[in-house]
Amino acid sequence: MAELGHDATSYAPPREMPEMELPHSHSWWTTYVFSQDAKTIAIQYSVTAISVGVFAMFLSILIRLQLGFPNTFSLIDPSSYLQYVTMHGMIMVVYLLTALFLGGFGNYFIPLMIGARDMAFPYLNMLSFWFYFVSVLVLMASFFVPGGPTGAGWTLYPPQLISEGTPGIHGGVILMMISLGIFIIGFTMGGLNYIVTILQYRTRGMTLMRMPLTIWGIFLATMLALLAFPALLVAALMVLLDHLAGTSFFMPAMFSMGEQLPHEGGSPLLFQHLFWFFGHPEVYIVALPAFGVVSDILATHARRNIFGYRMMVWALVAIGGLSFVVWAHHMFVSGMNPYFGFLFATTTLIIAVPTAIKVYNWVLTLWHGNIRLELPMLFAIGFIFTFINGGMTGLFLGNVTVDVPLADTYFVVGHFHMVMALAPVMTIYAAIYHWYPKITGRMLNETMGKIHFWVTFIGAYAVFLPMHYLGLAGVPRRYFAYGETSPFIGESVITLNSFITVAAVLVAAAQLLFIYNLIRSRKHGKEAGPNPWNATTLEWQTEHTPPTHGNFGKELPVVYRWPYDYSVPGAKHDFIPQNVPPEEVEMADEGAARK
Amino acid sequence: MAESASQATPPPGLTGMISDWSSDQTTFKGAGWGKPMMWLFILSDIFIFGVFLLGYMSARLATPDPWPDAAEVFALTMFGVQIPLLLIAIMTFILISSSGTMALAVKFGYERNRKVCGRLILATAVLGAIFVGMQAFEWTILIMDGVRPWANPWGSAQFGATFFLITGFHGTHVTIGVIALLYMYRKVMRGDLDDGRPGAITGRKGRWEMVEILGLYWHFVDLVWVFIFAFFYLW
Repeated sequence: MAELGHDATSYAPPREMPEMELPHSHSWWTTYVFSQDAKTIAIQYSVTAISVGVFAMFLSILIRLQLGFPNTFSLIDPSSYLQYVTMHGMIMVVYLLTALFLGGFGNYFIPLMIGARDMAFPYLNMLSFWFYFVSVLVLMASFFVPGGPTGAGWTLYPPQLISEGTPGIHGGVILMMISLGIFIIGFTMGGLNYIVTILQYRTRGMTLMRMPLTIWGIFLATMLALLAFPALLVAALMVLLDHLAGTSFFMPAMFSMGEQLPHEGGSPLLFQHLFWFFGHPEVYIVALPAFGVVSDILATHARRNIFGYRMMVWALVAIGGLSFVVWAHHMFVSGMNPYFGFLFATTTLIIAVPTAIKVYNWVLTLWHGNIRLELPMLFAIGFIFTFINGGMTGLFLGNVTVDVPLADTYFVVGHFHMVMALAPVMTIYAAIYHWYPKITGRMLNETMGKIHFWVTFIGAYAVFLPMHYLGLAGVPRRYFAYGETSPFIGESVITLNSFITVAAVLVAAAQLLFIYNLIRSRKHGKEAGPNPWNATTLEWQTEHTPPTHGNFGKELPVVYRWPYDYSVPGAKHDFIPQNVPPEEVEMADEGAARK
Repeated sequence: MAESASQATPPPGLTGMISDWSSDQTTFKGAGWGKPMMWLFILSDIFIFGVFLLGYMSARLATPDPWPDAAEVFALTMFGVQIPLLLIAIMTFILISSSGTMALAVKFGYERNRKVCGRLILATAVLGAIFVGMQAFEWTILIMDGVRPWANPWGSAQFGATFFLITGFHGTHVTIGVIALLYMYRKVMRGDLDDGRPGAITGRKGRWEMVEILGLYWHFVDLVWVFIFAFFYLW
């Protein structure tokens, strides 16, 4: 009896931590604008991030229109094309995905899922959002300075980043670097909070190995971010100085436009190392929370415990650790000692091991599960598809000899959009469909959701799968038009590009439907009740839906079991929430429970 | 699970660490939230300074021009004699001494000796301010000698760039520390930490732990200086 469910115990440990100091708001301003409640901050983060995300999606449509129908749209010239490419990449990776997963989901779910009333230091948490908000404003301001935003590509490689001929070298680069700096400072404030809250404010009974995988993913991703962003901060500072103070950190002696530049002795390769020391962990800063969220959603909607919970945790840890020793695989064609190439190819391929463990475990979680194809589940399964797809092409690109001919072609674009754009975005949708009922108290519209899923899933495949073919055909990325090279670029490439563009426009339209659904369901959605998916984790067990300030009622919940007690044999319901002690579990029939 | 009842005396060594990490509620027992947060910030900041110093090393190895000789560049002429590294030796001595006064401030803080603790914090702030002042003096000498971020009379242009960037970044840390110390001095002397008066900005109640947390930051800034000293002045 006492062992009903996995890891269940009737022992409630004594309370160790004193009650949290909760700041209470007294005015409209401190409730809705300068709020110190993690849930409000999370919504502020999410709305800002999704807004810039939609903006960056329109930039991608402009890029696609040019590629699909060259010389048709006069508003896109070569300079603005490069600017769209740059801003699309930077916004999506940093200002949407990082901010939404950690600032948005992190703030909302960390306190709720570990049974805390709020973050450890709410004031700093609020400051974190406002720094992020200012960084977004600074970034957007670069569209309004003379010359526009920088067009150096999202990787921002010097020397072309700050030499004449690249669009936006006057104001755009400066604002981009300042914006990244502000973002990093703001993120650090939030990140310190996420980690300390997880380590120091878990509720009674909530050990690290009883945390939902969502929290594990956010925890490790935040850790990666705190260690990886410093490299970008330093690089951004040095670029600013190269640009404004005439230093030569990254600028070698070079001629540009027939004139010798005032720089000498700098190393552009140093920038690439710094950038990718940030850039590769960044991939996992986005991926680890996605892994966690998908694990929880798969378990809930397949009514089955996650397969190999401990392995899932250690795989996350291993991926996080390995992500710091693979960065130079982005630089195989930049010129380096071949032995380094060998080393980094090896570490890169080793990452496939923990990642494969995770994929197998997701699939095995579905095995013999009582799968309910609800909206979050559709997106979570979609994630598994796109992630496997992108992971496989990652193996191609991780090998030096295969990477050299494929570098800077559309194969790379196809690869990273599958694994780093589509997979996390699928997870974001899964998460929003899954948790929207908790956040607003209402369900999202099912029909619109189904349309959204199928158009997004099939459409995104129609966009990114042909890109692999384009890459193998040798089509280089970042080109505005293929002009004189067209004898080498086959007719099929042109047709395929038009096809991709049409698919991309359809996918974008489906996202607008989703936004409409979000807004409409806020008022008109079906009432959700406290626990519409019959889930076990603590955020579904709150007294109020949506949870009020302080999250839980008078008493914080006590945790008696791990978060995946679904379909436990002998229990009456197919789920046992984490805060139900073994002796209170309702039995299907007494005889069966005793086995 | 049963042993978590006897939390008062955690087992020592590795066993203790494992039992802390596998326990519920708090991982760092009795540490509150402030101290872990400062340690984590320090860890992140270590990466910033680490990247700075690696960038410096890389620039120094990559540059084709000769690197200026530290013994000559940083020499101070006193009474007609050139003494290498004199100023920097005094600066380092002052900053390390300030770590001593800070450590004593933490000790007296936990003994609830408000007056002595406050004065030691003030002494730390004064020493830190002297350090920043001497750094400004050093920068002035170098600038008068013709060192600029983009060039200098002796060789590689990267010397000025890395020197001003890294010592400037460190000096900013010290300056922020001095401001925080002065603020803490006021809090301590007014008794905020004894009666738990909420802070003016964050609204958190005053706790004596705050002195130690600020101390952690201060010691870290001193430690970073040791590395900057070794890499810029002794290499």
